[in-house]
Amino acid sequence: MPTKDEIFEKIQVALIDALGVDDDEVTPEATLVGDLGAESIDFLDIVFRLEKSFDIKIPRGELFPEDILTSSEYVQDGKVTENGLVELRNRMPFADLDDFAKNPVVQDFGNMLTVADMCRFVESKVEVTQ
Amino acid sequence: MRWYWIDRFIEFESGRRAKAVKNISLAEEHLHDHFPNYPMIPNSLVIEGIAQTGGLLVCEHNEFAEKVVLAKVPKATFYCEAIPGDTLIYTVDVEYIKEDGARISATSYKGDTLHAEVEIMFAHLSDPRLGALFDPESFLRMMCLLGAFDVGHAADGSPLVPPPRLLQTVEAEEADWQE
Repeated sequence: MPTKDEIFEKIQVALIDALGVDDDEVTPEATLVGDLGAESIDFLDIVFRLEKSFDIKIPRGELFPEDILTSSEYVQDGKVTENGLVELRNRMPFADLDDFAKNPVVQDFGNMLTVADMCRFVESKVEVTQ
Repeated sequence: MRWYWIDRFIEFESGRRAKAVKNISLAEEHLHDHFPNYPMIPNSLVIEGIAQTGGLLVCEHNEFAEKVVLAKVPKATFYCEAIPGDTLIYTVDVEYIKEDGARISATSYKGDTLHAEVEIMFAHLSDPRLGALFDPESFLRMMCLLGAFDVGHAADGSPLVPPPRLLQTVEAEEADWQE
């Protein structure tokens, strides 16, 4: 069972390898898209690396719920609706969506996810040693 | 010029690993343009050859049903040059093949010398409008041409065979051509 520090270190390695960034760039506060330059295909690569590194399964859309963000039911005029925000919060309990909810423009969503969110996501999938 | 950047498969284990040969010849026109008076295979074309080796490995695993495209090169490290007369052996191992795409890791050896290490991600495109660009039969023809079915094995160890539905189409086209 890994500790929180070990989880962060493994995620750091996965992001360095997947995104070609330096270790000092991968801080808990860094956003994956804005700060680390991740693009959509990188999320596939990151998910692969996390699965291998932690021996876990990450179903499609669990880390990055693209199905909600492209749904006409949950998106109107380029913004996530109230129902969509509820669905996002249900699906992403590891992420802090409060800032995004103030002006939920779909295009800004990718820039919200941080390294710390990713750590919380992995912590929810593995047993953590305190 | 045909867009083939490997010459032949020498191993093909379905869904797992493939090895391909690339012989470098001074007759290849691009060698004269990359660095004038210093013919060497451009590293980008080594990556393309490895992508063809790995792309066909991923395609075959999915029975040629997915539109497999090179999406990303997370790593490409070259340790030496490869020049006319050299034979490169590309060894490709599948890391993952999933619903959305796949990742492979590969080496290129020149004899006993490590020439390059490369990782490639492939994406599976779902847009049906791209169907014309991804004719499954053309990938099957490429596999035949490169000898994959001469050396290949299925996951259970039995000899690798083409999917019957595609083979029928290819054989029918060849029969038309011979008439």
